[in-house]
Amino acid sequence: MNWLPDIFRRRKIYGDLAEEMRIHLEERTEQLIAEGMSRQEAQQAARRAFGNPTVIEERSREVWQLPFVESLGRDLKLVFRRLGKSPGFAATVILTLAIGIGANTAVFSVVNSVLFKPLPYPDAEQLVAVRLVAPGAAGLADFSSGLRLSSSMFFTFAEQNRTFQSFGVWNTGTANVTGIDQPHEVHTALISDGVLQALSVPPVLGRWLLPADQVPHGRKAVMLSYGYWQRRFGGDRSVVGRSIAIDAQPREIVGVMPKGFELVNADFDVIVPFAFDRNKQQLAGFGFQGIARLKPGIPIAQANADVKRMLPMWEGSWPSQGVPSHFYEKTWRITSAIRPLKQEVVGNVGNVLWVIMATIGVVMLIACTNVANLLLVRADGRQQELAVRAALGAGRGRIAWELLLESVVLGLMGGVLGIAIAYEGLRLLVAIGPASLPRLGEICLDGRSLGFTLVLSVLSGVLFGSIPVLRYAGRRMTTASRSAGRTASISRERQRSRDLLVVAQVAMAMVLLVSAMLMIRTFQALRTIDPGFAHAEHLQTMRISIPASLIADPELVTRTQNNIVDKLTAIPGVTSVGFADSMPMEGILANWNGVEIEGQKLGEDTPMRLFKYVAPEFFHTLGTRMVAGRELTWTDIYGRRPVVIISESLAREWWGSPSAALGKRLRDYSPPWFEVVGVVEDVHVNGVREKAPGIVYWPSMAPGILGPNTFDAVRGAAFAVRSDRAGTEAFVNEIQQAVWSVNASLPVAAVRTMQEIYSQSLARTSFTLVMLGIAGTMAFILGIIGIYGVISYAVSQRTREIGIRLALGEQQARLRWMFVRSGLVLTGIGVAVGVVAATGLMRLLKSLLFGVSPLDPFTYVSVPVVLAVSAMLASYLPARRAASVDPVEALRAE
Amino acid sequence: MMILESLRRQPAHGYALVQHIQQRSNNLLQVEEGSLYPALQRLLKADLVKAKWGVSSTNRRVRTYQITAAGLRHLEQEISSFERMFEGVALVLNPERSPAN
Repeated sequence: MNWLPDIFRRRKIYGDLAEEMRIHLEERTEQLIAEGMSRQEAQQAARRAFGNPTVIEERSREVWQLPFVESLGRDLKLVFRRLGKSPGFAATVILTLAIGIGANTAVFSVVNSVLFKPLPYPDAEQLVAVRLVAPGAAGLADFSSGLRLSSSMFFTFAEQNRTFQSFGVWNTGTANVTGIDQPHEVHTALISDGVLQALSVPPVLGRWLLPADQVPHGRKAVMLSYGYWQRRFGGDRSVVGRSIAIDAQPREIVGVMPKGFELVNADFDVIVPFAFDRNKQQLAGFGFQGIARLKPGIPIAQANADVKRMLPMWEGSWPSQGVPSHFYEKTWRITSAIRPLKQEVVGNVGNVLWVIMATIGVVMLIACTNVANLLLVRADGRQQELAVRAALGAGRGRIAWELLLESVVLGLMGGVLGIAIAYEGLRLLVAIGPASLPRLGEICLDGRSLGFTLVLSVLSGVLFGSIPVLRYAGRRMTTASRSAGRTASISRERQRSRDLLVVAQVAMAMVLLVSAMLMIRTFQALRTIDPGFAHAEHLQTMRISIPASLIADPELVTRTQNNIVDKLTAIPGVTSVGFADSMPMEGILANWNGVEIEGQKLGEDTPMRLFKYVAPEFFHTLGTRMVAGRELTWTDIYGRRPVVIISESLAREWWGSPSAALGKRLRDYSPPWFEVVGVVEDVHVNGVREKAPGIVYWPSMAPGILGPNTFDAVRGAAFAVRSDRAGTEAFVNEIQQAVWSVNASLPVAAVRTMQEIYSQSLARTSFTLVMLGIAGTMAFILGIIGIYGVISYAVSQRTREIGIRLALGEQQARLRWMFVRSGLVLTGIGVAVGVVAATGLMRLLKSLLFGVSPLDPFTYVSVPVVLAVSAMLASYLPARRAASVDPVEALRAE
Repeated sequence: MMILESLRRQPAHGYALVQHIQQRSNNLLQVEEGSLYPALQRLLKADLVKAKWGVSSTNRRVRTYQITAAGLRHLEQEISSFERMFEGVALVLNPERSPAN
């Protein structure tokens, strides 16, 4: 293919050619003259012998051309010239398409980045999340993530497996870092050996954590994330070998992971080795996530079988802490439920994304119908031109090609602009990014998205372009030219295709509006649920952790926390302060354990119960109602009194009523018995969508927190401060100062208001709502514009007829009604089709809805009414214009 | 093929080529003289001939075409395949002379 240089050489080639041919003619002429002809005769004879020089020159030139490309270039030039002549039309079409294509590209990029692209690890398809399910562990079934692994399983699985290349367990947490500038809290990723090996992403600096770093009481190492390295150390490469104190434990920095590296779905600041002590392992303690890289070619089923084979080995090899033998195998029925790592990361967000993708696709369809309508009108205007051209011998294919080329060009121009819109849209999306959207950082416009845009642009061009093509290029041009001279009245046939498009638009808009409305109703339903706390916007929350390495004595920890509470209460504007081990809806992994009630035997099927640790005033601060009894007091805590608070649903389940629960006693597996002194209303700790679970609230300092025969206090505490000043910067500063006045090495982390936590828990629903709302609004506007366009075009086409009618004495009101009625009829049919389609499609939306039926009557009444009223308005405007037509003017215009 | 054959004998410019072909074919092949030029352009493009401006025997500024090495090879192939085709046509037209029959 050396046609590129050819293009530049062409000028010379053509010049040579013309010159050569001129000389040829001259030579022939001269020869003929020499043979005795007159100059004129000779010239004529020479030309005759030579043939048509223009045609020959053209054919000679064609040798150097790519005929298809050149003719395409010519056609394109024509298309651009035509579009340039009607910039308003071109701008409307391109803008409509750009918005449609832009929205689709943006959403596709999200779908592509989140669902399609492999995880950013080498050979990511070999990576699996090793997890278990335990159908026999009642209560545990609430875990959407199944049953996690225990640390003893790590040893069994890592040593006995036959299907893993590498295997490890990990977890996330927080830790206090001291020794570099202010003390601060960091997100930690805790890993066993095998995790980094499975992910196989090399460090950007230094080395991985090695098996030697996993030896208990051995050397203390730590790795940094790229972001933390940049933030805290300014990307200093000499950081390797330096030491930082994590929870007061000095650790040597051995390496830095590269930018964008996440541990499965966890964003972390530092990676800390677990360093499990083999001699202290027991069966229980299911708190770790497993990850493995399968050996090449091993299917997941085989890996599952492998884990099932190892489970009895595991149960036989570690101390059981009093649990009956084969308890986990026979009672809990633990079994393996390995799944691809990608599924673990992406979760069920696919649902939402596909709904949004479908919605945006429908908007695109509506935009295409609108554009098709505009093109129909335009083609109508060109009908005479096309008829003349057909009469002059232009083939149908040729005309169809031209019309189609125009629409494809429009589509592509829309696509180019759409990419710009998508780019900006994605930046916005990532900026406001709902935290529940996994792989947010990986979202980008890549080759696949651009390919999608290209295909979409061309396809939409062909789609909306083919409608006028079918209408016009296929028609007998002779008849068209006959009728086109006088626009006596609009032809029924022509109007019908436009009507059809409007009906389709209204139907699609109807479906989208119904889905948007259902999401709004869902949101309303969620908002009306009492979450179990009040006035979240006036609740400031934060985490303060006191590691054992800083303060070892539990009582001293509690004293410190008590001091913090007192200092915080002293801040002006604060009405009350309390703390617990976590805030509701924070998404921190909940604690579960069996709870034994005095007088009832602890059976094997005793359900697991959620438990939390609370300090005095916590419920009062949150605005959680005490249903019976009282809150804990500092006297209870310091006196180490075995007292407990339970939630209302537990009280009803166990003793029938809240008041009956007071004075009853319960415990987890080990003594002592705890007396119920208070019953609180149920709190939706897992978000308002989830049922509020029954919860046992132990005192914040109590025996048994870290296992049997231990006594400890809650060290990672979530504080709640109620004040009208919550959320202001000055207030947060005062809180910080107050905490530091108690102990200067305590960082204040995760500072936010309860309202933020609450909104976060609704993030996915509100994200879906916003997306559907935008799509619905776009569809609505496009649909109404469609109706307006069709009616006003009908009016302009029928001006003559209107003139005659008026002249014959037709009432203006009746004339107006005639047009409004036709608009309403179209809307009516569209709504009817839309309702049928919606009732079918909304079932797909069911998993996203809450507290509202997919066939919610309110929605199915209100949306059509709104549509009908808007359609009436949209058709009334042109109808009024029709009625005000001056009959004399209208008839004279012809 | 005819052009290439003519050029193999000697380089020539357009007009001379036309003359040559008409003479050689005893005026049997009467084609428009101009149709030579598209053919020449195709040969040029395929690098089978090359052209340069010069002065002819009649002292005229002309563009002389010359066959290239590739052109020679191409001509050989063309001739042989043409001969085979011709042979085939001849066999079909005169079946009694065919050895297979």
